[in-house]
Amino acid sequence: METFSEIFLPQRGSTGAADVDTLFHFIHITGFILLAGITIAIIYFCIKYRRKSDDEVTPIITHNANLEITWSVIPLILILIVFSWGFRAYLTLYTPPSDAFEINVTARSWSWEFTYPEGGSSLGELYVPANRPVKLIMRSEDVIHSFAVPDYRVKMDVIPNRYTTLWFEANEPGTSQVFCTEYCGTGHSAMLAEVIALDEEEWEEWLETGLEVDEDMPLAELGEQTYTGASCNACHSVDGTPSVGPTFQGLYGTEREFEDGTTATADENYLRESILDPQARITAGYPPVMPTLAGSLSEREIEGLIEYIKELE
Amino acid sequence: MANEASAKVKIREFPIEENPPKNYLNWEKGIKSWIFTKDHKRIGIMYLGAITTFFFVGGMLAILLRLELWEPAQTFMSADTYNHIFTMHGIIMVFLFIIPSIPAALGNFFLPMMIGAKDVAFPRLNLLSLWIYAFGALFALYSVAYGGVDTGWTFYTPYSTETTSAVISMTLGAFIIGFSSILTGLNFIVTLHKMRSPGLTWGRLPLFCWAMYATAIIQVLATPVLAITLLLLIMERLLGIGIFDPALGGDPVLYQHFFWFYSHPAVYIMIVPAFGVISELIATFSKKTIFGYWAIALSSLAIAFLGFLVWGHHMFVSGQSELSAVVFSFLTFLIGIPTGIKIFNWVATLYRGSISLKAPMLYALAFLFQFTIGGITGIMVGALSVDVHLHDTYYIVAHFHYVMMGGTVFAFLGGLHYWWPKMFGKMYNEYWAKIASGVLFLGFNMTFLPQFLLGSQGMPRRYFNYLEPFQGLHQFSTVGSWVLLVGFLIVAIYLLHSLLRGAKAPSNPWGARTMDWMTPSPPTHHNFDYSPVFKHGAYDFHEPISEFTYGIEGSDEGLHKDHGETDEVDVKQGPEVNDK
Repeated sequence: METFSEIFLPQRGSTGAADVDTLFHFIHITGFILLAGITIAIIYFCIKYRRKSDDEVTPIITHNANLEITWSVIPLILILIVFSWGFRAYLTLYTPPSDAFEINVTARSWSWEFTYPEGGSSLGELYVPANRPVKLIMRSEDVIHSFAVPDYRVKMDVIPNRYTTLWFEANEPGTSQVFCTEYCGTGHSAMLAEVIALDEEEWEEWLETGLEVDEDMPLAELGEQTYTGASCNACHSVDGTPSVGPTFQGLYGTEREFEDGTTATADENYLRESILDPQARITAGYPPVMPTLAGSLSEREIEGLIEYIKELE
Repeated sequence: MANEASAKVKIREFPIEENPPKNYLNWEKGIKSWIFTKDHKRIGIMYLGAITTFFFVGGMLAILLRLELWEPAQTFMSADTYNHIFTMHGIIMVFLFIIPSIPAALGNFFLPMMIGAKDVAFPRLNLLSLWIYAFGALFALYSVAYGGVDTGWTFYTPYSTETTSAVISMTLGAFIIGFSSILTGLNFIVTLHKMRSPGLTWGRLPLFCWAMYATAIIQVLATPVLAITLLLLIMERLLGIGIFDPALGGDPVLYQHFFWFYSHPAVYIMIVPAFGVISELIATFSKKTIFGYWAIALSSLAIAFLGFLVWGHHMFVSGQSELSAVVFSFLTFLIGIPTGIKIFNWVATLYRGSISLKAPMLYALAFLFQFTIGGITGIMVGALSVDVHLHDTYYIVAHFHYVMMGGTVFAFLGGLHYWWPKMFGKMYNEYWAKIASGVLFLGFNMTFLPQFLLGSQGMPRRYFNYLEPFQGLHQFSTVGSWVLLVGFLIVAIYLLHSLLRGAKAPSNPWGARTMDWMTPSPPTHHNFDYSPVFKHGAYDFHEPISEFTYGIEGSDEGLHKDHGETDEVDVKQGPEVNDK
């Protein structure tokens, strides 16, 4: 059953997943039996009753009450089962336990930011305790996004004018993929993040130290991590591929031309300004869509990013 | 049905003339005779040409999308181009191809003929609807030329209010095309009520007409809501009036309610006509009375009605209240019942039939298989907790392609092959038609079956880029799209060949019993040279074909020389016999 399930569904990362999976398989198996029955009947009839001569006369069979009642009532019973099953599980999915650990989620095109009650925030990586319910309180700063974790079987739209919520309980430590599943423009498919479920010990440790940046990591390495974590990769390539924003490859030290006709050399100060106040100077030919990262990144992460860009020749 | 008075009418048999020199195609010549024609058949043919062109364009865009998905990240087009192309694919296929496909092309041509009428009730309105459609399509083309659109065919706010692409002209295009749909629907409703020939009671009406009737009701009642919604969107963008954009004080979820209030019934505008075609094909090629006539006829109406009450199932994770999600889920499941009934009735019709596996029938059987998969996966995504996982993934993409393409497009192809000899008076190559139907069946399932797996594994839809583990299934699907392309090319080649060099078609090559076949191939200018009278139901295959060619004595005004048998019948039917 486990391997059978793995063909269709991702791993079960949350306590709510099992029930969803069972219903999924129930519908698939019932549906498959129905489909097989219909297909076999069609093939059998097509062979048995194939036309032998053009003058064949067929019997007049207009209806059959018993048969018709049977094939209306049986599906009706089946769908009532499926409806109530899905309905109950849905209520569980959207009713967070009162003791859930609350984390705020901010979505913007095209990155995820997670803010923790203890203070501090993380970009692109959501740290949660395993075996403890977690409630996400989500809002969008621009268009509609949708927060989806296939491993947890949860999904909820993130809307600009109000909070939406979501809860889950990771059943073991591990990393799971987060997708944005409501189309939001150019960087939609790059608007990814990860949920990292930690065991009790790691979680306690993370709460104390995790919000601070690892001081020992080399700057460029930290920059590379920030590049994906802060979703810079949604719009800026590192291999020269054109995208929403200019590529980082060979960017450092070049002469930049701006929308207002002025130019400047891409030095450390320019890169820093572009991260913290992206609308100040817009490179010619690119849309003014980048959000500011002021407050989202630490000083060291900004330095790391600049160092990383400098190394991409 | 209102008028139950019976009147005695003198009728006689009118034998069908095979391939007369004058038909609707050569009745008048010149481009003007087409542009200003009020002949429902010519209008149907022009629609057919237009939708085939748009199907080709939309299909080629799909091929490009699948090609781009060969590798993660950029294969050969940028993310923005990809977003523009999937939006165009959706808009073209939905608004310019599938909504008008069966009703406006096949329905326009055959609905009046099936009821023994000389045209639709309002021929000028019919012509107007064609040109409104063309005008709307021009707006769509203009939008493509001036920046294109990257919102997805759903135009969700606030993205559609904020994007820099040509949203206004595109939504105006969809707005205009909507009126064409409304006029066609209105025309069909009146035609079916007022233009039926003597003897054609509702209980004798071909099921294709019933399906058209149900479709027309949805077209007339639902399309105005789309028009209003798109107009509000245009006002918001143009005048900055806050309706949907929260930055202006609006509510983006309201847009989704408005949009799906039309677009879910619109799903039935797309599939119900296909049900009608399938009923005709299954009965004719089994040469058997359709099983459960009333069940099939009324289930179309039930689906049309229930279709208005389920729009919220597109919004289970949108932030709407849990209570409304539960109600919408329940109503959604109810639609499964009439849909299931139809499938069972079609299969039961095959029982003890005289089944001929000609190309149109092969398409009908492929429809049964694929549409059943589409229906069952519809139950899957109607189940609340499972839908949360599957919403906005490739599972949804696969599900609606199984309904729209595996269902409607296959039914459309079946109908096109079935009626081709009648429309053009030419036969196509049966051997190649069978091969093509097999290739299309294979290609379709290769393309979309893997997408169910992609979706249930978590692959979101509308993704330009994807994670490595999804590559195998994506590539399999892309190869499937090439098989589909080959299939369609084969169809295009033999149909073109048939047009140019096809053998002359007899008036009734399949031995059908509906009135559209009781006239020469191609039909004469006024369909029938006499006023037809219906003595039997549409599926009375136990009666010889000659029993279906009766008309009112003397109504041919001396056009016909050869007299058949005369008879006298009681005509118990609404429309009075005042048609000369």
